[in-house]
Amino acid sequence: MTDIKYTVKDFKSENEVRWCPGCGDYAIMNAIQRTMAGMGVAREKFAVISGIGCSSRFPYYMSTFGFHTIHGRAAAVASGVKLANPDLNVWVISGDGDSMAIGGNHFIHLIRRNIDINLVLFNNRIYGLTKGQYSPTSERGFKTKTSPFGTVEDPFVPGQLVIGARGSFFARSIDGNMKMSQSVFEAAAAHKGASVVEVLQNCVIYNHGIHAQITDPAHRADRQLYLEHGKPMLFGHENEKGLVFEKARLKVAKIGENGITEEDILVHDAFEQDPTLHMALINMQLPDMPVAFGVIRSVPTLVYDTEMVAQIDEIQGSRKVTCVDELLNSGNTWEVTGNEPLVSDCPQTEFK
Amino acid sequence: MKDARVIELEEVAIRFSGDSGDGMQLTGTLFSDATALLGNDISTFPDYPSEIRAPQGTVGGVSGFQVQFGHKQVNTPGDFAHVLIAMNPAAIKANATFMKPGGTIIYDSDLFTEKNLKKANFETDDPFAECNLEDYFKIPVPISSLTKESLKDFGLDNKSVLRSKNMFALGMVCWMFNRPLEYIEEFISTKFAKKPIVVESNIKVLHDGFNYGYTMQHMTPSYIVHPANIENGTYRNVNGNDSTAWGLLAAAEKAGLELFIGSYPITPATDILYALAARKDLGVKSFQAEDEIAGITSAIGAAFAGDLAVTTTSGPGLALKSEAIGLAVMAELPLVIVNVQRGGPSTGLPTKTEQSDLLQALYGRNGESPVVVLAASTPSDCFWYAYKAAKIALERMVPVILLTDGFLGNGTEPWKIPSMAELPSITPRIAKNAEAFKAYKRDEETLAREWAFPGMKGFEHRIGGLEKNVSGTVSHDPENHHINSEIREGKVQRVVDMVPDIELCGDGDGDVLVVGWGGTYGHMVSAVRELREEGKNVSLVHFNYIKPLPGNTREIFSKFKNIIVCELNLGQFASYLRNELPEFTYHQNNKLKGLPFTVNELKQGVYKLLED
Repeated sequence: MTDIKYTVKDFKSENEVRWCPGCGDYAIMNAIQRTMAGMGVAREKFAVISGIGCSSRFPYYMSTFGFHTIHGRAAAVASGVKLANPDLNVWVISGDGDSMAIGGNHFIHLIRRNIDINLVLFNNRIYGLTKGQYSPTSERGFKTKTSPFGTVEDPFVPGQLVIGARGSFFARSIDGNMKMSQSVFEAAAAHKGASVVEVLQNCVIYNHGIHAQITDPAHRADRQLYLEHGKPMLFGHENEKGLVFEKARLKVAKIGENGITEEDILVHDAFEQDPTLHMALINMQLPDMPVAFGVIRSVPTLVYDTEMVAQIDEIQGSRKVTCVDELLNSGNTWEVTGNEPLVSDCPQTEFK
Repeated sequence: MKDARVIELEEVAIRFSGDSGDGMQLTGTLFSDATALLGNDISTFPDYPSEIRAPQGTVGGVSGFQVQFGHKQVNTPGDFAHVLIAMNPAAIKANATFMKPGGTIIYDSDLFTEKNLKKANFETDDPFAECNLEDYFKIPVPISSLTKESLKDFGLDNKSVLRSKNMFALGMVCWMFNRPLEYIEEFISTKFAKKPIVVESNIKVLHDGFNYGYTMQHMTPSYIVHPANIENGTYRNVNGNDSTAWGLLAAAEKAGLELFIGSYPITPATDILYALAARKDLGVKSFQAEDEIAGITSAIGAAFAGDLAVTTTSGPGLALKSEAIGLAVMAELPLVIVNVQRGGPSTGLPTKTEQSDLLQALYGRNGESPVVVLAASTPSDCFWYAYKAAKIALERMVPVILLTDGFLGNGTEPWKIPSMAELPSITPRIAKNAEAFKAYKRDEETLAREWAFPGMKGFEHRIGGLEKNVSGTVSHDPENHHINSEIREGKVQRVVDMVPDIELCGDGDGDVLVVGWGGTYGHMVSAVRELREEGKNVSLVHFNYIKPLPGNTREIFSKFKNIIVCELNLGQFASYLRNELPEFTYHQNNKLKGLPFTVNELKQGVYKLLED
């Protein structure tokens, strides 16, 4: 493994990339390619699976094995890929329409089973490929051609679904922040089990600036909390603010005010099994709270593909039936002898 | 004491019938297995309601199991039963029309109370008269009270005691038909090995039932059916769902591939998933998916990654899988889709058989989306057609739909066990030359592309649902799409070189050609045999290969004055034939009752045609 040396270029395909100029997808792809190049995994071991949507064109732009499937089903296809060959490094590229709407069922069950797959959820809170309808992550009241007077429904928060499906890994990043993206992709790839990375992605055409409140360079220090395991939950230009847990709620505290010191600030524990605090971090939103980024949850737990292989190995260790001939002849069989050869008026047919 | 009445028969059909909680399926199965072990040819037909426990004592809750066994080849479970075992009045009502005139009815007289008669919607206290069964030989046996008496020293509660009454009936029937009890005793001992009291009590009741028949022989007739003259070899009983599963296992082993099944439980196909999930010893990866769509898409993923991939379902599930089948067509991956057909549309008749998914299998997708369609015709040849489906999929890089049905899936027959050595080879089209590999480069003869999967160094490529050019790049070129559409259809058509010529039962020409396909084979061949014995100039062709049709189909059809297509739908195969071979006129004989044809119904259809 260690002698494998790749650069980003090794993961780019010859196909012309056809996302709109300025689309956030470019940066996300670049971060994923960088991550893959640095993993020490042979290129042929990667399988990149996608559904339908702008982001789902992704496999065509990669030099790995790739499969551009049908709307919503990438998680299920990828599950089959991983179980067919658990040795593969399987990535699912999906969007908020693909994974939260038509593919919601496969999304939660992939997570529940905890199959060792990395799912990257490009969340631009809009349907881009079909030209701008609201998505399951669009805010209530959002106006589009299919909701000309504003929607009357609330959005999903993807991380809540991950926790609800007993997810073992959830991270969040921003398309434009390649350094952060790469570091969470690396963590997702290292995690054994279903890893979900939500990337806030900007659709320049149909939903430009949807995440601007969060990503605005002038304010991002105050509005983004980058979580790192074992480090205090500090943010602000000078790291002067932090999170405390008060009356069963997260709260922003200022260091130096009301006797608060850095000692009082929560320290992030991504490995904690209890999802309570992870859920609270996922739920944080502007304006009262910063938005959480980085690896929010990463807990070790039983992995489906590993367990499947172990179960087969265990049963094969003490098996009585070792091949199909033995199977067919097991159970109740009897011999017919001494009959005359039959001449049938109905040959029916090639093998009986 | 009078001598026992001994009746010698060529073949006899017995129907076990009772509440769906009465254990009739097990009783019938045990009797069938014991019978097959004696060397009779058999055919069975479980007929049960979709409710697990419908209201006790009602007609809707009646569960039946019919077995026919004989001295010669037995192709059907029998149109009508010689003997009916009725555990309650509802069983009489439900089965009256399935009785052979003059047949024998054994019934649990303890349960023919006013209350139970009412539950079964009888209006008088004579259920037999109400069902026009006066001329039948009726044997009242107080099965419930005899079972209680039999077990009075076991200290079991009433409910547990009555659970054994099916064994009393079974013992009695075994006496009537000269079946030894050893096999059944062995089965009970193994199944309940951990509960000695259950073993003991059931065997006691079984024997008491047997002895009761012996003691009461002045009133119960005894039948002798000599062993059948069947081909020498090792046999076992098999149902269609198990043999489908085993055919897939055999194909994986032959092809040197691992087997992946992605399925969602659905009646009557779930038994295939059971049979494969049980085979971790053979390395089967069974994946109970979250829905039908994930069943097939996970299988498509496994096919992409190099496994022999299958998904199993029934009609409504096939509908849900449609879009994904299109993906497998476009991606040109090897995939076997098994549809154990049931009554439709919608939820329809989940536990009943039908052949009404043929057009769905052929055409039920968006775009020009050709797949190979096969149909098995007996419980045991499900093995062969599952094997063949996998062979075609792997050698031609094409999805194959295998149609079976509830009648085949649940029905059983003795099966001469094949050996792996005698099965034909399977050579998957695994790519070997990375330099020359292109995702959609094809074999000139078969039009099949090569199979390269993740993990194969130097073969990295992308496929997907979008139209592609030869190298696998997305292409919206109009010419390319037109050519590729023809190629995908042509690839399926060229599978004809793997399809044997269809063989006739009967003469090569004549007045009537009876045409069938799939699970109706047993009834069709019996009907045509009887018609020929009556001197009618009638022959049969029965199709297992639907798309492509066997190469000699046209030639065979051209030799007959009349063609009648018999199927359990409103004429789907007939309409397909009208499309494929429009120069012929197709008469139809159709049935949509959730039940197999009877031999008589098929004969009537031919008589009518001969009269006109």
